[in-house]
Amino acid sequence: MTQTLEQPVIRGVRFFLAHTPGLVRYGSKPSRDIARDATIADAIAAHLRSYEAAVAYPPNRAFLGHIHPDTLAAMPQPWFTSAAPGTRWGAHGEIMPEEEFYGILKICDAFDLVHLEAGFVEEARAALSPHPLLTPVDLERLGTGFSEADIVTQYRGSLPALPLYLRNGRLIGCMQAAHEEDASLAADVLLENLTCKASAMMAMRTLLVQEQLDPLALPYMLNSGEEAVGDRYQRGGGNLAKAVAEMCGCQAATGVDIKGFCCGPVHALTVAGSLVSARVFSQVAVVGGCALAKLGMKYRGHLQCDQPILEDVLAAVAVVVSADDGVSPRLRLDALGRHTVAAGSSQKAIFEHLVSQPLERLGLHFTDVDKYATELHNPEVTEPAGSGNVPQLNYRVIAGLAAMRKEITPAQVPAFVATHGMPGFAPTQGHIASAVPFLGHAVDGLRDGSLQRVMLLAKGSLFLGRMTQMADGMSLLLERNAAGSREEKRQ
Amino acid sequence: MKLQGKKVIALGERDGVQGSALAACAQSAGAEVVLETTYCFV
Amino acid sequence: MVLLGTPNAESSRLYAMTVTEGDPSWAGALAGVALGLPVYHVMEEAVKTQVAPEVYEEHIALMEMVLEAADIAQAVQAVRAHTG
Repeated sequence: MTQTLEQPVIRGVRFFLAHTPGLVRYGSKPSRDIARDATIADAIAAHLRSYEAAVAYPPNRAFLGHIHPDTLAAMPQPWFTSAAPGTRWGAHGEIMPEEEFYGILKICDAFDLVHLEAGFVEEARAALSPHPLLTPVDLERLGTGFSEADIVTQYRGSLPALPLYLRNGRLIGCMQAAHEEDASLAADVLLENLTCKASAMMAMRTLLVQEQLDPLALPYMLNSGEEAVGDRYQRGGGNLAKAVAEMCGCQAATGVDIKGFCCGPVHALTVAGSLVSARVFSQVAVVGGCALAKLGMKYRGHLQCDQPILEDVLAAVAVVVSADDGVSPRLRLDALGRHTVAAGSSQKAIFEHLVSQPLERLGLHFTDVDKYATELHNPEVTEPAGSGNVPQLNYRVIAGLAAMRKEITPAQVPAFVATHGMPGFAPTQGHIASAVPFLGHAVDGLRDGSLQRVMLLAKGSLFLGRMTQMADGMSLLLERNAAGSREEKRQ
Repeated sequence: MKLQGKKVIALGERDGVQGSALAACAQSAGAEVVLETTYCFV
Repeated sequence: MVLLGTPNAESSRLYAMTVTEGDPSWAGALAGVALGLPVYHVMEEAVKTQVAPEVYEEHIALMEMVLEAADIAQAVQAVRAHTG
C-alpha cells in the first residue's frame, strides 16, 4: 500500500518593524552601561533617530520589501545618509512609530501590567483608529490610563516598574512587574516578552489580511523566538505561539514554541513543512517576535563614530506553510541541511553539512542555488562595533567551500558572493536576522520566475546557554513550483 | 614560540575559528587547553 | 598563552590587547588589568607550522582562504611587539 505525502509550500510571509527609540535604553547593553554610568543615557538620547529617518533607512526599506537587498550594493554608504524619503507600508509589511507601538503593547496586555498615561492613551487611540489591522475591540483594550502623578508613583513604588519613554524623553507610562520576588516576572522580562507577543501578532495579522487567509482555518502556530516566557518554577515554559494565535483570531488553533537560538525559525519552518507534508495539518503558521534585549547592542561603536544608533527597531516575521497550491514555492524536505552532533565545529564541517550535503543529495552544484540567505545582519550596525560583516563572511565561506570542491575557481569567489549572496540589511534582532529576512523577496522571485532555487541557512549559538560547547545550524531549500499541484508517492 | 607543553587559553569566535577548532589545533601541537570559549557577537 | 580565532584585524587587535595590556575599551573585568599573556592568532605562521596538517586542513584552511589572514597576523604581531 503506498502512502502519499503532501508537498508543503510557503504560502505567504510578512514582516513587522516597530521604531522604538524610547526603548533603546532597555536593550541589554545600554541598560547595563546606564546602570554603571547614568550620563550614557544622555549620549544615547542624543544619537536616536527620528521615525522619518528610520522609515527612509534603506536597509529597513529592503526588510519591508520596498527595495530588493541587491540594490543596496550600489547605494552610496553610509546608507543612513540617504536623503530619499520612505513610506510606512512596503510590500511585505509596515514600520510603526513608537507612539503607536506602546498602544499595541497595551492591546496585547492581558494582566493590566502596562500602565499608560491618560493623555497618551487618547493620542494612541486616535493614531491607531485608522490602522487597517486593528478592530474596535482592540482599541477598547487601550482603556483610559492613569494620571502622570500615578505613573510616577508606580514606577518609584515598592513593586519595581520600568518607566516608559518616547524618544524625546516624555514619560508616557510604565511597565509593571507581576511579582515582587520572581525574577521571571520582573518588569524588564515582561516587557521583553510582551514586545515579542505584540510584534509577532502584527506580522501575523498583516499576513492573514493581505494574503486573505482565514484565521479560523489555521490549526497550529509555531513561535520561534528566543524569549523566555514563564515564572520561577518554569522559566522557559513558553507557548507564546498560542498567545499570538489568540490575538490573531485563530480560534481553532493551538501552538507551541520551537527554541533554537537564532536557528529557531528555520527549524520551525522544517517542522511546519513536515506537519503539512504528513497531512497532520493543512497549514501551519510560523511566527517570530522581536528581540528587545538587542536594541542598542552595538551602540558604543555608533557613538564612537558619531553616527545614529541604528539598533532602534524591533522586528518580527510571520509565515504560513500550506499544502501545494501549484504556485507557491516548495520546501524541499528531502534536502535539509543539518549541523549534526558529530559534525564538529570547524566552519568547513558546518557548511559541508548545511550546503554541500543537501545539494549533493539532489545532484546540484553550488551555483545551481540562485540565492543563499544566510545571516543577514546589517553591516552598518556591526562594523563600527568591530563585529565585521557577517553576511559577507558567510557568503565568502560558501564560495570558499565551492572553490575547495573545484566547482568554481578561487578567482570566481567575489563574483559568486555578489551573485549568490546579498548585502546584509536586517536589524540585529537575533533569530529574525537569520535567513528569514530574505523570505519575502524569495517568495516573490520564486513566484515570478526570477529565482529558481533559494537556500535558507541559519546558525544558532547554543554555547551561549552554557549547556553545550556546540553550535547548531539548519538549511532549507526552496524551489519554484512547477505549474499544477503534485503529490510525491512513497513506497 | 613553542606550543608543545604549554597551557593554552583558546578564545574562539563563532564567525571566525570556534573554540573547539582552536583546541583541536593546540592539542595537535602538544599543548594543553585549559580554557576553551567561543564568542558570538550578534 | 592565548590562542585567538577572531575573524578580522580589528577584533584580533582588541582581544590581543585585552589579554596583554588590559581591555582597551575599558568595559569589562580586564579594564586596567595587564595580564601580559603571550597571544597568537591560529592563522599566524608561528602557530600554523606546529599544528598537525590534517587538523589545520579540517579546521582552519577554509577560513584562511576567506578571512584577511595577513591583516590579522599583522594586528596581533603589532600588539606583541608593542608590549615587548
